[in-house]
Amino acid sequence: MTETTQEFWRWKESNWHDESIDPKAAETVSAGVDVGSVSSQAVVMADGKLYAYASMRTGSDSPDSARNAMNWALENTGLNLEDIHYTVGTGYGRVNVPFADRTITEIACHARGGNMMYGPSVRTILDMGGQDCKAIHCDEKGKVTNFLMNDKCAAGTGRGMEVFADLLAVSVEDVGELSLDVDEEPPPVSSTCVVFAKSEASSLLREGWSKKRVLAAYCSAMAHRVVSLLERIGVEKDFAITGGIAKNAGVVTRLEKELKLESLKSNYDTQIAGALGAALFARALVEKQRKKVAR
Amino acid sequence: MKANYGYLDGSGEFFITIDTDLCIECKERSCVAACPVGLFEIIVDDYDDEVAAIKEEHRKKTQVRLRSLQAGHRSSGSALCCSVCTRSRGSFLVVRQ
Repeated sequence: MTETTQEFWRWKESNWHDESIDPKAAETVSAGVDVGSVSSQAVVMADGKLYAYASMRTGSDSPDSARNAMNWALENTGLNLEDIHYTVGTGYGRVNVPFADRTITEIACHARGGNMMYGPSVRTILDMGGQDCKAIHCDEKGKVTNFLMNDKCAAGTGRGMEVFADLLAVSVEDVGELSLDVDEEPPPVSSTCVVFAKSEASSLLREGWSKKRVLAAYCSAMAHRVVSLLERIGVEKDFAITGGIAKNAGVVTRLEKELKLESLKSNYDTQIAGALGAALFARALVEKQRKKVAR
Repeated sequence: MKANYGYLDGSGEFFITIDTDLCIECKERSCVAACPVGLFEIIVDDYDDEVAAIKEEHRKKTQVRLRSLQAGHRSSGSALCCSVCTRSRGSFLVVRQ
């Protein structure tokens, strides 16, 4: 007898670099590394332009995760770690980025990255990360003016979504679209706890609910959960979502409906917002250092 | 900047908000010494400003800490940290539950 196990929670890891940019000709090569609880990203910028990035799953060792993400971002670029002038570490594991020159919180980095990804009009950023959720208000320069983070409970986080993907044997990347394929919106499952929501979903499946309907009920619960966080800081236009859950159309659509507000869209990968902000901070810091030396 | 410390879970929402803009020009830092439960510390934030923050070990226990803050509010009209804040009495910290 053979047994096959599929990891439905596994999302696609990726790396990219812009072949039209020559980073060796750049005056400043800056980098940001965001070591999150579920995913790690590394971003390399050449004179403030996005040059390369990698996004992968965080392993059990934070320094290794940081190194792996950076090595993958630099793959086939001709650059190595020594070519980077300044690196900022951010995220849950920011203190464990061995090659970082400084650490900055993911709240400030998401605001700065969101400002570049969505433009200076963005005022409210919702970062739905792997194991936490952050509501951030920022000004036109991407400086944080108000923030709130919830990391005590997995409800409303990417990990919660992964748990549901595994329970229903549906790829986590398909959850959003499938959840929208229902004739009628079902009532949400428990929005207070992933464990309660999971047992509630099992009961609903036993009652005969389709997988799509259960997914719709969970996406709806997740949207409802984060709306209450956003309302704490006040939602001001323009509004943007970063992090992995920003790729889940089921949650985003329901969130927009509840907020009566459309979120901004971007061509950037929403998961790199924190690392992108860290790389922007790195550029500003290296330039500040140079000015100090020149004086 | 309004910094909200606390959490939301199945038992409710428990947040303490600090207006850190008031800390930037503050020399006294009286709130740190005034708090009977040692809730505060002075940190250098991401923008290199020295501001008050809730200590890491208290951030997931705000439900318990809020009770003592609210008791202070009830007995003297404001929590001790707010009453000693020279920058802005009362609005330095907001308790929400």
